[in-house]
Amino acid sequence: MNKPCPFNELEIDGIRQQFPILNRSTSSGVPLAFLDNAASTQRPVSVIEAMEDCYSRYYANVHRGIHTLSEESTEAFEQSRQIIAQYINAADTKEIIFTSGATSSINLVARTWGDQNIGAEDVILTTIAEHHANIVPWQQLAGRTGCKIIFIPINADYTFDDQVVIEHLDRYQPKLFAFTAASNVLGTKTPVKRWVERCGERGIKTLIDASQLAPHEPLDTQSLGADFLVFGGHKMCGPTGIGILHGKRDLLEEMPAFLGGGGMISRVTTTGFKSAELPDKFEAGTPPIAEAIGLAAAAKFLNALDRERISKHENHLCQIADEGLRAMPGVEVIGPTHDQKGGIVSFSIRGVHAHDIAHELDQHGIAVRAGHHCTMPLHHYLKKTSTTRASFYLYNQVEEVARFLEAVEKVQKRFSPTGRRRRKRNPE
Amino acid sequence: MSSEQDIYEEHVLDHYEDPYHRGDLERATHAHQADNPLCGDSIHIDLKIGSDEKIIEAWFSGDGCVISQASASMLMETVEGKTLDEIRAFSAEEMLALFGPKLTPNRQKCCLLSWRVLQSAIHAPVDDLPADDDDTPDVHFGGPSLGEES
Repeated sequence: MNKPCPFNELEIDGIRQQFPILNRSTSSGVPLAFLDNAASTQRPVSVIEAMEDCYSRYYANVHRGIHTLSEESTEAFEQSRQIIAQYINAADTKEIIFTSGATSSINLVARTWGDQNIGAEDVILTTIAEHHANIVPWQQLAGRTGCKIIFIPINADYTFDDQVVIEHLDRYQPKLFAFTAASNVLGTKTPVKRWVERCGERGIKTLIDASQLAPHEPLDTQSLGADFLVFGGHKMCGPTGIGILHGKRDLLEEMPAFLGGGGMISRVTTTGFKSAELPDKFEAGTPPIAEAIGLAAAAKFLNALDRERISKHENHLCQIADEGLRAMPGVEVIGPTHDQKGGIVSFSIRGVHAHDIAHELDQHGIAVRAGHHCTMPLHHYLKKTSTTRASFYLYNQVEEVARFLEAVEKVQKRFSPTGRRRRKRNPE
Repeated sequence: MSSEQDIYEEHVLDHYEDPYHRGDLERATHAHQADNPLCGDSIHIDLKIGSDEKIIEAWFSGDGCVISQASASMLMETVEGKTLDEIRAFSAEEMLALFGPKLTPNRQKCCLLSWRVLQSAIHAPVDDLPADDDDTPDVHFGGPSLGEES
């Protein structure tokens, strides 16, 4: 079998033509180079059209009406569930729960499995590199139950040490290890399968935040073996307002229902209710129907492009950016070398604040992220108030990376001290 | 390069590199500090207020972007010699005008940080210095927050 190779120029041109938004300019009048994909990606025509098709041809509420539109909507909605199940090679379509996003998926687990299984003596283990979405729900759980949250530290080279992880598993004997598959700031990938196995041997449950993995790489939940895995739609060419919780079926069966309402019951009387079967049990209210259909279109789009090649392409761009930034004096890359990460490069420039960098890059048409990226504990740990992040996706070009590097050099020159003296403003 | 007004005009960069009264004021009579939690900018202001309710000296320290630090420098330069009534009457709009270049709502927050700290500092004698900034005037401007991501 051939090794996957990055997309060539012709292929990238073809991909870019499917994303109408990439043709626009920024407010400074310069063509857009969208390098803020770890925050949210753009959508191809096929996703936009799938949702438009739903709304203009067959939309109705699902699982309810005995009429043509409801039947068609329900079929498209459930077909979307199947496509997502295939996308992550789930053992059972009933293990796919539609939520409003990765954040709500984690909150669902914390509020159901967490409330049912966690007590004051228990420990939730996580890492210092988590997004707030994988910290705050556990802190809220700790507020309800009194449990402890322990954070695994990161090495000076921004990678994790397996031995340290195992020591934490043995010392704290956590009930749950909730960790990211790839840091949204450092880009660092974690050895998901290995850590899940170490947890399995010790009877520790696992939750994987796959928000930064599912959009970029093949994902096989049966091979990984995690108890829970979450990701959102909008970081993988899909709509906002939809996310996935994948859980092992026996666990999901044992968990109590989450939000109460229509759709999640099999029977309601004046004295109580009986929960519906999976997956309806966790999908109270009218679900995000067109969004599920759009997400399935996104999954099909990514599969057709070959996710092995997508990740190869992003890592190729990441390498150019990473090495280019490291070669600039006064620029510090916050993250491991490119072979340890996917398509994310965070950096800081000595003496220049991240907001000034992002503002100036925008003047060059380049969209990056500046701030703490919803990882305040990580930034505190690294003794940084903020960083700037470029994150690549399947439609980014080598030329855009070159523009980015050139602009960073200009920003650095612009804000480096030049012996300026303060003067009174010239009278106008 | 840009069709928009450059927010980093020469006057702003001059204040950033050569700020007015950056540092601590020994024997300050009033002081206050606040952060912009969205981006981590922080400003601390020390004041020496005379018995005639006039600001004799104003100093600032802190970390942050060009806008937050240069605007603090401009503010320190402006407020010395002013009475407390004049400070209280000094509005957010006047602060933005003092800074000069037109700012988007997100960057206005950077510019107004020192103004918020000043408004609190005049009510914060150093003897009973409050640690939090709960009593700062809460000014909200529109626009998305730079700090959030889901």
